[in-house]
Amino acid sequence: MRTEFILEAITAVNDVILHSETELESLDREIGDGDHFINLKRGCTTLLAMRDELASLPPADVLQRIGMKLLSTIGGASGPLIATFFMIMAKVEKAGDISSLSEIAAAFNASVEGIKQRGKANAGEKTMLDTLIPVAETFNRLAAANATPLEIFNAIQQTAEQGMLSTRDMIATKGRAAFLGERAIGHIDPGARSSQIIIHTICELAKQHHTA
Amino acid sequence: MKKFINQVDDVLAESLTGFASAHANIVSLNLEPHFLTRRHKAENKVAIISGGGSGHEPLHGGYIGYGMLDAACPGHVFTSPSPDQMLAAAEAVHAGKGVLFIVKNYAGDVMNFEMAAEMLPFESATVLTSDDVAVENSTYTTGRRGVAGTVIVEKVVGSLAETGADLAACKALGDKVNSRTASMGVALTSCTVPAAGRPTFDIGDTELEMGVGIHGEPGRRREPMRNADAIVADMVAAILEDLKPAAGSEVLLLVNGFAATPLMELYLLYNSAAKLLQDKGLNVTRSLVGNYITALDMAGASITICLLDDEIRQHWDSPVHTAALRWQR
Repeated sequence: MRTEFILEAITAVNDVILHSETELESLDREIGDGDHFINLKRGCTTLLAMRDELASLPPADVLQRIGMKLLSTIGGASGPLIATFFMIMAKVEKAGDISSLSEIAAAFNASVEGIKQRGKANAGEKTMLDTLIPVAETFNRLAAANATPLEIFNAIQQTAEQGMLSTRDMIATKGRAAFLGERAIGHIDPGARSSQIIIHTICELAKQHHTA
Repeated sequence: MKKFINQVDDVLAESLTGFASAHANIVSLNLEPHFLTRRHKAENKVAIISGGGSGHEPLHGGYIGYGMLDAACPGHVFTSPSPDQMLAAAEAVHAGKGVLFIVKNYAGDVMNFEMAAEMLPFESATVLTSDDVAVENSTYTTGRRGVAGTVIVEKVVGSLAETGADLAACKALGDKVNSRTASMGVALTSCTVPAAGRPTFDIGDTELEMGVGIHGEPGRRREPMRNADAIVADMVAAILEDLKPAAGSEVLLLVNGFAATPLMELYLLYNSAAKLLQDKGLNVTRSLVGNYITALDMAGASITICLLDDEIRQHWDSPVHTAALRWQR
């Protein structure tokens, strides 16, 4: 993993999150408490402001600082979950330079496992994990099968979209939507949608790098 | 919304600053990150730290001082504090015997305290409070919520810690008190989060929300308003169904206001509940009535019953000197 790529991804994710304001706010008003976009924006703004400080650091330190910063700025329940993702990614990177796509896939998988454990949640509970778990599975499977980078990124994007859409018909058993019971059916989970948007954006960026 | 505010974003910092200066002989405030500690650091004891979203004052800052907490970490209104606050607070109050976190059972609080405990360079343990019998799964949590019983846990464990007891003993007593304590709340109005500017839920003049939590999240059910004895009977029934006390059991009865119900009514509720418990053959030997864990400007109250034994009674009676709870032997 390279520090420059992480910094580019921060900028790209910030742009796409800002463009998704209306959609994310309305998804969260329907089945949450309406603050998902604000929390993501606060996280993105904080990371943007850290770019200069991060630029000279090795990737493991960059990921660790991102995790710690998000932990204290996003707060609430989503702060620890998102921070856990970055902190585990940092730990894996520190243990041994992760550079190949199969190494990145394994690190992604470990990070998603970390979110599952932290939130005591799994697939099918109408959360961000309904995007992340299938993506981790697709990523690992194709990387192990030596698929081309383009095939892998395309498949990840497709899996993320399917996972996000699958939350529409679910009853929530974790998160704020849980008390709505059947009333949550018919609504896409905002966390599943924002995760899918972010994954899609990073895959686009990775495709540009691989074709450049 | 009609509230005493300068800027919405400054409410928490200005309130904490006011609290710390009003009780400067007891507490000190750190602003970056936010945490409160005792004015004079205690030595040679387990450090007891609690925290949670703001809006429940005097919880938790009001319980810092001799016989209760060593530090408290306030989050934004109804939002968990973050681990950097717990780490900084622990760093400030750790006295060589480990840290005990007392955490109300809400998903955000549990995760943030869990991460703090993992990063802490000292030995630590956590007591999760889960005394609310209203709902098995509420909006904010998986499993029962921690509500007014938290005050009893903090008082009793805080007293034990002053004796120099070790971390395992403090944790065990906290878990015991939690397992012997049950609460039920009822709301007559909603509450208004300053940043939101409007009430969290709508409730009619002739309705009440039975089994409400301390954030204006939904309770068991919406019911028609009725007289106090009838409301108390339903609350006490739910609590006793959970605690299943043996006849003749000795209990502590806590009637807690959510902030906007006058003490006159809280004492009326106490009278009703105490009579009812007596009729059911229980022995109310300790009591507390007042606004001890609130929900911003909500009108309503909770009833908490704690099954006493010699150990819990002794640590409830021991001296305490905090902003919100203070007595001598």
